Amino acid sequence: MAELNAEHKGTVQPAAARLWANRWLLAAGIVAVLAVHGLAGASAYVVLAAIVLLLAAALLPSGGARQSIEDAAAMEAGGLQRLSGEYLAAAVADPLIIFDRTATIVHANAAAFAAFGGLAPGMSLSLKFRAPEMQALLDSVLSGTVASEIVDYTEKLPVERAYRVSASSVGHATDLYVLVFKDQSEARRIDRMRADFIANASHELRTPLASISGFIETLRGPARGDPAARDQFLQIMQNQTGRMARLIDDLLSLSRLEMKPYLKPGTEVDLRQTIDSVIDSLAPLARENGVAIERDFVDGPLDVPGDRDELFQVFENLLENACKYGQSGGRVTVSIERDGTGPEPGIDVTIRDYGPGIPEEHIPRITERFYRVDVESSRTQKGTGLGLSIVKHILTRHNARLSIKSEVGKGAAFSVHLPAA
Amino acid sequence: MQSVHIVSAYDEELKYLSKRIAAMGGHAERMVEQAITALVNADPGLAQKVIRDDVVLDEGQREIDDKAIVIIAKRQPMATDLREIVGAIRISADLERVGDLGKNVAKRVAAVIDGRQPTSLFRGLEALADLALTQLKEVLDVYASRSVEKIGFVRDRDDQIDAMYTSLFRELLTYMMEDPRNITPCTHLLFCAKNIERIGDHATNIAETIYYIVTGDQMPAERPKGDKTDKIVLPGTLPVK
Repeated sequence: MAELNAEHKGTVQPAAARLWANRWLLAAGIVAVLAVHGLAGASAYVVLAAIVLLLAAALLPSGGARQSIEDAAAMEAGGLQRLSGEYLAAAVADPLIIFDRTATIVHANAAAFAAFGGLAPGMSLSLKFRAPEMQALLDSVLSGTVASEIVDYTEKLPVERAYRVSASSVGHATDLYVLVFKDQSEARRIDRMRADFIANASHELRTPLASISGFIETLRGPARGDPAARDQFLQIMQNQTGRMARLIDDLLSLSRLEMKPYLKPGTEVDLRQTIDSVIDSLAPLARENGVAIERDFVDGPLDVPGDRDELFQVFENLLENACKYGQSGGRVTVSIERDGTGPEPGIDVTIRDYGPGIPEEHIPRITERFYRVDVESSRTQKGTGLGLSIVKHILTRHNARLSIKSEVGKGAAFSVHLPAA
Repeated sequence: MQSVHIVSAYDEELKYLSKRIAAMGGHAERMVEQAITALVNADPGLAQKVIRDDVVLDEGQREIDDKAIVIIAKRQPMATDLREIVGAIRISADLERVGDLGKNVAKRVAAVIDGRQPTSLFRGLEALADLALTQLKEVLDVYASRSVEKIGFVRDRDDQIDAMYTSLFRELLTYMMEDPRNITPCTHLLFCAKNIERIGDHATNIAETIYYIVTGDQMPAERPKGDKTDKIVLPGTLPVK
């Protein structure tokens, strides 16, 4: 008797579970049937019969469904086996390179192309990654002494990057190997930046600070009762604090740039519009200095890949310099030309002033931080010594080049060559 | 890269040559980089390491020479293959010189450490080294990719290196005139700058060799000699401080 009861219970429970599992579908069905009844006025018996049928259908064992789930699982397992390595590589966000026994590249994913450039299937990996530790890594994995190995690899130029690289063989006897790069540059850069920032900034900040504290001492001492001197000193102190604030702004924007030396791809900038707005924003400064800004733009669309805010800063810094230091020339020309001849077609933007020019021996150095051609004039023009350094940083990120031509007494021309898309 | 030969061992040998060149190149790059770091950070330990590492390059050059001679004797190479092999000999010689120059910079670290030099001087040297190393890196990248159409940049940068060197030369002379105690370290730094400038020249040589390997023509010979230090004279009086 007890056995029978248990068996009975055994059939009741799945039935309840099945009803529960199908509750939404069931409810929808019943609602639909009732709706049809209400609208079309079908007989109540038909409606009842329909509802009973629905319940019965829900109670039927769902063997078919179970079958299809098993099929899908089997297919998925098979799919993973058949899944193309290229798709898998493309889905990995880190640079990944697949190579064969002879260290020849078989496949490199998009991240690898973006990070290293100049990679192509068929190229020899050991020719591209020449650093001794990478050579050793490739040798030890290819010779089969170890199945996988990890090394730290740094690239100093054109921008400093650090990777943790792991190499390992793929599958069993596929004769394929994979190299995965994990970017560690950020952490490395933060360390470096901190050291640099302290070294550069402390010197530059100390000068105005020393002068402020000197004036404070004077104000508390000998000049205590001298209102005229007090006013003058306070004015100087205000100028110095302004200088410190500008310096900090520039240092911060430089460190921000150094934090992310890679540009995210895909955005386009309209140079014509950007440069127009730079000229507009500097119009008051130009008027103040008595400089006329002339435009000479080539026709047609002038789109280049890049970041608008950063390129704005480049041309703002260059034009501001031209207005300040080329003031005696009375005019500044901004010209945009298309350059399709060289090995890299692109767009040249030239900002030319007609001021005193830059002596030849300074030209190679002026993009260094805190390098000043003339310390005195830089101070009076409220320069921080970082403007061109920022320009150079941004242009490096854009794969662009800055070339400077100048003749003493005839002015200076700063040309930016931006590669076209 | 190369067309396939009937004897696959021949291909293997040629591949081995270029692989050794790349390894030497990587070593040379690393040595120069570390020599400059040792100089800027006043790190005699790192300098010693650079000096020890030079053996690897000497060894590499000897090995490439041997291998190349054996291939020429055994395979009687023609056209591209012959250029490839002769090119390898020349490039390895250039790289070996680059290593020597790096080692020479490292040797001077000890002498420069004593008197602390203005940091701006090191910054200039670092910038010069960055230019020369970029030059070397790009040239070796071209060796890997064989895309010689990019090689025009090498000459542009050579001009930049010369200009920067000239500027550093002038600056160092000024420091020496300001204070005779600067003469010892500044002379060493002057040699360091010269060495770095020479590294750029070797990179340009390598570029020319690669151009020859790939195209079979000599690179067009418009190479203005840019460094103007041979004419620099400072006024004989002490500059006003």
